[in-house]
Amino acid sequence: MKNAMTTFKRREFLKWAAAGTGVAAMGGCATAGSGSAGRVVVIGGGYGGATAARFIKLWAPDIDVALIEMNDYFVSCPISNLVLGGNAQMNQITFSYDGLRKRGIRVIRDEAMGIDPVKKVVSLASGGSVSFDRVIVSPGVDFLYDQIPGLNTREAQMRFFHAWKAGPQTVALRKQLEAMRDGGVYAIQIPMAPYRCPPGPYERVCQVADYFKKAKPKSKILVLDANPDLVSKKGLFLAAWDGLYKGMIEYRPNSEIADVDTKGMTIKLQFDDVKADVINVVPAQRAGDVALRSGLITANNRWCGVDWTTCESLAVKGVHVLGDATLSGPAMPKSGSMANQHAKVCAAAVIEMIKGGPVNTDTMMMNTCYSFVSGDSAMHVASVHRYDPAQKTIAPVKGSGGVSTAASQAEGLYAWGWARNIWAEALT
Amino acid sequence: MSSKSTLLAMLFFSVLSPLPVQAAEAANPTYARSLAATCFTCHGTDGRSVGGVPPSLAGQNRDYLLQQMREFRNGKRPATIMHQHALGYTDEQLVLIAGYFAGITPGPAAAAPAAR
Repeated sequence: MKNAMTTFKRREFLKWAAAGTGVAAMGGCATAGSGSAGRVVVIGGGYGGATAARFIKLWAPDIDVALIEMNDYFVSCPISNLVLGGNAQMNQITFSYDGLRKRGIRVIRDEAMGIDPVKKVVSLASGGSVSFDRVIVSPGVDFLYDQIPGLNTREAQMRFFHAWKAGPQTVALRKQLEAMRDGGVYAIQIPMAPYRCPPGPYERVCQVADYFKKAKPKSKILVLDANPDLVSKKGLFLAAWDGLYKGMIEYRPNSEIADVDTKGMTIKLQFDDVKADVINVVPAQRAGDVALRSGLITANNRWCGVDWTTCESLAVKGVHVLGDATLSGPAMPKSGSMANQHAKVCAAAVIEMIKGGPVNTDTMMMNTCYSFVSGDSAMHVASVHRYDPAQKTIAPVKGSGGVSTAASQAEGLYAWGWARNIWAEALT
Repeated sequence: MSSKSTLLAMLFFSVLSPLPVQAAEAANPTYARSLAATCFTCHGTDGRSVGGVPPSLAGQNRDYLLQQMREFRNGKRPATIMHQHALGYTDEQLVLIAGYFAGITPGPAAAAPAAR
């Protein structure tokens, strides 16, 4: 195993070096080879990072692009709730990075440990490092487990899953739901906003209800929401809960978690203990670990402030941050759609900054989030955002955006179409 | 590229050229591309959609695209979502977006990434 890993890394190293992009095993400063306009390293291969890497290569083939990603596969959070409901399979949301490799992007399977903005190198967990002219950090989120003492061990985390990063946790939670007796209770704990995917918890409730209705009709769902009310698409979700799933769902607002007892199958709220048969705790979140280690967090010890015309960090020049890890603009959700839009704004800006061209400052971004209320019926929330140079923020355009009038099968088809196109935007 | 310089370019070319909008696009290719890129998320990169919905926009007639977006905006053409998006852009921006997609060769739809 060790030999195989060493061989793999050496092979990656040689490919990377041959492409004229500096990888220095000892952290030395390699220069760009002939024919290269510059070097961009992207940390994190999710909706933000993979899309940024692809668009830099698409729009500026003469820039060398490396993507550092911890996992072998991209697993989509959007649609993953349908896996919990039995309405989609893992292989429908799991993709390789081969499409990006075919474009000439170096995909390095490793963990970025830190960024040296002066020497312009990213250090890797394997011990090597990668040089850059500009680095794009798209680290997603990590969880604030220290706020929930009983959940702050690996053992506890293997009993109460978050399934808020799609992958093995999605499979594990689905297995718990399948193993639960008919007449049991599934409880989901939702953190205070902002968190990844505002409508996600409520869509998950619909998906689990869809499964229970078919397979375990005596079962109940308990929604423990730290927020004072549903955070997203309230009327549309309540229409499903009071219609399709009448009598199955109990919603408790202002239910902030204090602790858990995994052995006693209990969520401890401030004034109440709640027992359930399957407990799904989505902890509060912050920008992913590498952003924390690299000093990119600027707001509330949680999020990374950026200049929205370039996605350049407000803390560290030459470093750009995308996606859920950013301090979102007003009314801007932490969504895959939004990360995709950040990525293209950032890619265009990084190309101009490397080549010395003019950077667009009239930044526009658009958000489209679909939620499935059943196996085939979905609804959306949409918004359009424009950079406001006076406020130095990106704000929703007045009069634009909105939600569906009702969930429909037509929008279910649009949702799958959205998914196929946004996956292709990131990975082909 | 600022919106101000875009407008200035449009005014400038409108004096010299019978096709002012196309000339303005040529002057600001990355601005038009950045606007159009906001549509790629749902309609596919360069408007080449993977599936039947949302539809491909690549190579569509510019005037037709512009008319549709204007009709989404004024409510003449009903929609689930497009009216909410179209209302987020100025008419000048819609002109640039329509021009961008009209200028793309209607190639094959991008292949969806292979499932694992």
